[in-house]
Amino acid sequence: MTAPLKPRVPGWHPPALAPDYKSSRLRSPQQKPLQLAAGPAELAGPVFGHDLIGETDNNLIVNYTGQMAIGPRLIVHGRLRDEDGRPVAGALIEAWQANAGGRYRHRNEGYLAPLDPNFGGCGRTITDADGNYRFLTIQPGAYPWPNGPNSWRPAHIHFSLFGHSFGQRLITQMYFEGDPLIPLCPIVQAIPSQAAIETLIARLDMDSNTPMDSIAYRFDMTLRGRDQTHFETRPEGL
Amino acid sequence: MPRESPSQTAGPYVHIGLTPNYAEVTGVYDRDLGDQMVTEDTQGQRIRITGTVYDGANDPVRDALIEVWQPGANGRFAGDPKADPHFTGFGRCAADLETGAFSFETIMPGATKGSAPFITVWIVARGINLGLHTRIYFAHQPQNVRDPVLSQLDEDRRASIIAIPTDEGYHFDVHLQGPGETVFFDV
Repeated sequence: MTAPLKPRVPGWHPPALAPDYKSSRLRSPQQKPLQLAAGPAELAGPVFGHDLIGETDNNLIVNYTGQMAIGPRLIVHGRLRDEDGRPVAGALIEAWQANAGGRYRHRNEGYLAPLDPNFGGCGRTITDADGNYRFLTIQPGAYPWPNGPNSWRPAHIHFSLFGHSFGQRLITQMYFEGDPLIPLCPIVQAIPSQAAIETLIARLDMDSNTPMDSIAYRFDMTLRGRDQTHFETRPEGL
Repeated sequence: MPRESPSQTAGPYVHIGLTPNYAEVTGVYDRDLGDQMVTEDTQGQRIRITGTVYDGANDPVRDALIEVWQPGANGRFAGDPKADPHFTGFGRCAADLETGAFSFETIMPGATKGSAPFITVWIVARGINLGLHTRIYFAHQPQNVRDPVLSQLDEDRRASIIAIPTDEGYHFDVHLQGPGETVFFDV
């Protein structure tokens, strides 16, 4: 149980400084992070129970006012695993996104697209015993942002993940299969590996649609695993 | 085997998802997660930790979101059968959107084996591509001298992760970049 977390592999996550993403220039540490042998602070983690979650917390279509938000109706679902391939059960997943017009309900937001009076933009759930999660939401819109004179974010949903260890804490974004803005986005392209980018693109999942109601996208996510080799004890002779 | 999902920035609108009531997205959740760490039943010495996250131009990062994770007064983390049942150990605070200031009402953490008392800190914001881990240690703790992390650092770097006493508790600023840059950890 005390095996350390698998180390993060250089070149898989975006580096702290990604100059084309201008906000990273003044917010990226310049010193190399100090390697830390994981102790209880990194290996233990906050415990959130299913009683935290209200009945409509995972339904962004209705959870703001009780009336339906405007936009194409989506099911976003998948499985949370760790790098050892094991499902992560009981994990808190929080999500947030823009409305169908690409507008966030936030005081610092300046885009001219209108707010939807029935869309708040947040949801949360806890994974089941097999690591599965499910949200109902609306298709978020793409929107312009002040990185360059003509920068547009691909449509996306933000996900915040807690595993069982605080060292697994992760925030990421989900993109949509076929979106032509993905290769143009400096936040996405800050990820050096195309293979890594592909894992953030949700796939259309027609078999999971609710016919005449909602279209489904599948998006599996992965948290860090444990470095089993570190403490493996083998019987003699093997 | 799958690899860890790559990180992406929390972006400037992180509050909608993680502190919606603070972001005036009200009525979805009763309260924001991690907004209260201590109740009257929690054991331990109450402290208030205040601070600000600064960028490389020394401007406050007003859109930062800070999480803390710590053991109770007896050094046990939530989930441990011996942990204080009245303390989750988890706190979350959005920096003030006007000033950048954050604060946590918590308790002094107990020491865990071999370490000086500390609180784990995780910081996300627009422009931060992978959440940053650091620690708050506390000035004048006798165990600081032998702490295996603090003793690896020269004096300036060590000072960047030691909170300064105030009337109500401690003050801890974070410098993301440049002179006085905070020590961040690859956990």
